[in-house]
Amino acid sequence: MSDTTSGKAPKPSLWSKHKIFETNSIILVLGVLVMISFGGLVEIAPLFYLKSTIEKVDGMRPYTPLELAGRAIYVREGCYNCHSQMIRPLRDEIERYGHYSLAAESMYDKPFQWGSKRTGPDLARVGAKYSDDWHLQHLNAPRSIVPQSIMPGYPFLAKTDLSYDDIATEMKVQSMTGVPYTKEMMAAAMDDLRAQTDPDHPKAADFARRYPKANMRDFDGNPQRITEADALIAYLQVLGTLVDFTTYDNKANLR
Amino acid sequence: MATGAIRNMTGGESFGALALALFGVTCLIIAGLTDHGGYAFHMVVFALASVLAFRAIIVRRYHGDGPEPQEINGKPNYNFGPVKFATVAAIFWGIAGFLVGLVIALQLAFPVLNFDLPWTSFGRLRPLHTSAVIFAFGGNVLLGTSFYVVQRTCHARLAGDLSPWFVVLGYNLFIVIAGTGYLLGITQGKEYAEPEWYADLFLTVVWVVYLLVFLATIWKRKEPHIYVANWFYLAFIVTIAVLHLGNNMTIPVSLTSPKSYIVWSGVQDAMFQWWYGHNAVGFFLTAGFLAIMYYFIPKRAERPVYSYRLSIIHFWGLIFLYIWAGPHHLHYTALPDWAQTLGMTFSIMLWMPSWGGMINGLMTLSGAWDKLRTDPVLRMMVVSVAFYGMSTFEGPLMSVRAVNSLSHYTDWTIGHVHSGALGWVGYVSFGAIYCLVPWLWKKERLYSNRLVEWHFWISTIGIVLYISAMWVSGIMQGLMWRAYTALGYLEYSFIETVAAMHPYYVIRALGGGLFLAGALIMVYNLIMTVRAAPNALEKGLAPAAGLQPAE
Amino acid sequence: MANMYAFLANIAQSVGILYFMAIFLAVCIYALWPKNHAKFERASRLPLEED
Repeated sequence: MSDTTSGKAPKPSLWSKHKIFETNSIILVLGVLVMISFGGLVEIAPLFYLKSTIEKVDGMRPYTPLELAGRAIYVREGCYNCHSQMIRPLRDEIERYGHYSLAAESMYDKPFQWGSKRTGPDLARVGAKYSDDWHLQHLNAPRSIVPQSIMPGYPFLAKTDLSYDDIATEMKVQSMTGVPYTKEMMAAAMDDLRAQTDPDHPKAADFARRYPKANMRDFDGNPQRITEADALIAYLQVLGTLVDFTTYDNKANLR
Repeated sequence: MATGAIRNMTGGESFGALALALFGVTCLIIAGLTDHGGYAFHMVVFALASVLAFRAIIVRRYHGDGPEPQEINGKPNYNFGPVKFATVAAIFWGIAGFLVGLVIALQLAFPVLNFDLPWTSFGRLRPLHTSAVIFAFGGNVLLGTSFYVVQRTCHARLAGDLSPWFVVLGYNLFIVIAGTGYLLGITQGKEYAEPEWYADLFLTVVWVVYLLVFLATIWKRKEPHIYVANWFYLAFIVTIAVLHLGNNMTIPVSLTSPKSYIVWSGVQDAMFQWWYGHNAVGFFLTAGFLAIMYYFIPKRAERPVYSYRLSIIHFWGLIFLYIWAGPHHLHYTALPDWAQTLGMTFSIMLWMPSWGGMINGLMTLSGAWDKLRTDPVLRMMVVSVAFYGMSTFEGPLMSVRAVNSLSHYTDWTIGHVHSGALGWVGYVSFGAIYCLVPWLWKKERLYSNRLVEWHFWISTIGIVLYISAMWVSGIMQGLMWRAYTALGYLEYSFIETVAAMHPYYVIRALGGGLFLAGALIMVYNLIMTVRAAPNALEKGLAPAAGLQPAE
Repeated sequence: MANMYAFLANIAQSVGILYFMAIFLAVCIYALWPKNHAKFERASRLPLEED
């Protein structure tokens, strides 16, 4: 058909004649790009000079394989939609939740889970506040423990086996972008994950050496299986417990 | 048309068919290799879409309908097929998104509605709601209107033959992948940027083609000047591309895993996220819809925009200031103080260009205020501009650190977002759709102006209920959190503040329900417009121009 | 590293803002320049022209 080509024919002449027009739109695009990238750069780039952005603290370590798997479930279920993990330095928040959050405490968080809404309470320091049983019951049926709670129930977590075949690869990917997982940690990832739920595991001592302060026990009351509830509770129980605030020097870290 | 002649494939068709074939096969292989059910499902969807698109390209060739002529009888032969598709998609996703919003509002009031199932819990449905209304509804409105406006104001046919279709179909495929992913638990866990790496990559390709189609159409224009609405569209497209790339710098765990980890961590990730999140509001929900305002209000009021000069200042002012304001989402957090102060300062300054734009939109009607009485569609758009003014006043207020210490983490933020989303974005979109449907389907007018009135009033009551409930619950919760007894103890436990929210959550759900009801009236009105409204008189158009491929 | 940080933070807090103020001023001049008035008048009628 002839009209298949008619659309293309005038193109070369159009191109040369209208050069000035194209220049206008390119200038427009470049103008927008300059405006937005400069603003973004100036704000974001300085944050990469960690020294002044992230405090020096004792005790921070990467998540254990089980905690990491639990964190993935926290992300998967969208807990961040209702729970923040960022305590602001305001009197009532410190009294309600504990010491305000430090940048260092989320430095291994990919993605960060500070959240933007507190439909439920902040979870930045929920670790060790409640027992594993409490968490399990609360996840299964929130209103059986807190009658006025509006949290969804997650009874399926304790019934679902944790899938962790990829855990070593996931640690490797995290280590590529700054999380200090060692080769040893990655090689032992599967054993470490199992050892954390089972203090009698033959590799338990190695695990405890690699991840100081890690909680080592069966979390979901069912030692036969490693479930998603095991992982999620392990993650919740470590939140906010790593930094040693007895050695944290507030003044030295003034920003 | 039905000549039966088989023509040779154009270069674009050959390239498209080859790319589709490669893409489809790759997806099938990945589907076979992965042991993640949801991911395999997505790969099959991709493969299926490739097969369908491949087939469409081949079939087209046998029908002999190839690339359309650029002009017919000396008039531009506008390509409205993709515009129609995006308009229908916007309406469909809008209803779906409002419905999911109503469901999650009810879940907060009556938690039993979570059903204790993974794919019906609030945590998975909430991203579905936000993505459906922002990216599916809003995105399709922007795609459709931008393709309409750029053709009309450049007096040129949309550039490309297959590419405009690739943009609208590809974008909606991305929506399907993203939305089903949330339900299946596939998410990055970053607000408003939840889709995982493979969906992000696909969207990047679609978006680059979108930019090229839009730019190439501008290059074909017959007018020396680029109309200001196109500036806003262009800024929206370019900036969203940059934001999308910056905030989604992830490394996939493997090709057979849907999961990826972001390159940034902790405080840097937070800064990137809210640089993205805030500017998604600025450039997706503001700049894009301002483009709609700058075309559809003058068009509907039949008078030029109040001040074209002001619109230029509005444009550059907005772009210059918006990009800095992100840190106000991170007040009192571990973000350095200087960044917070910078964000606050620019947020307050942002109030000026925003109100400049509002005045420009409203004053376009000066001398034609009587039209507000007779034309409910115009009224809807003008009220949307008023809501724009209101939420751009509230926003800077909430970015002040002292106010933010109270409002942050509460429903006040939700109320603020919805006054902008329902009032501004929703109404200006409805207005544009009410204009577009009769124009595209060549109807003289809408089926019923009375139904537009009903839509307007029902949803306005809905918005008022929604945002006032959220103001009260937000401020109340903020105050309860920081209330102390005479002895210096915290007065309320957290759960008491949750229980106190119940009545407001019920009112909010009622407001959302009314908004949805209004939108359903619109759907009925639009269907009847296409089916029963009188046809518009042809203005010397050749009959062939009305027919579009693949309709 | 620390120097770089100080440098960037400095830019953010001083020159950067002035630089953008200057650009913004240029935009205002462009928009308000009397000679451009007729051009903008014509451009503002673009949506109203039917074809």
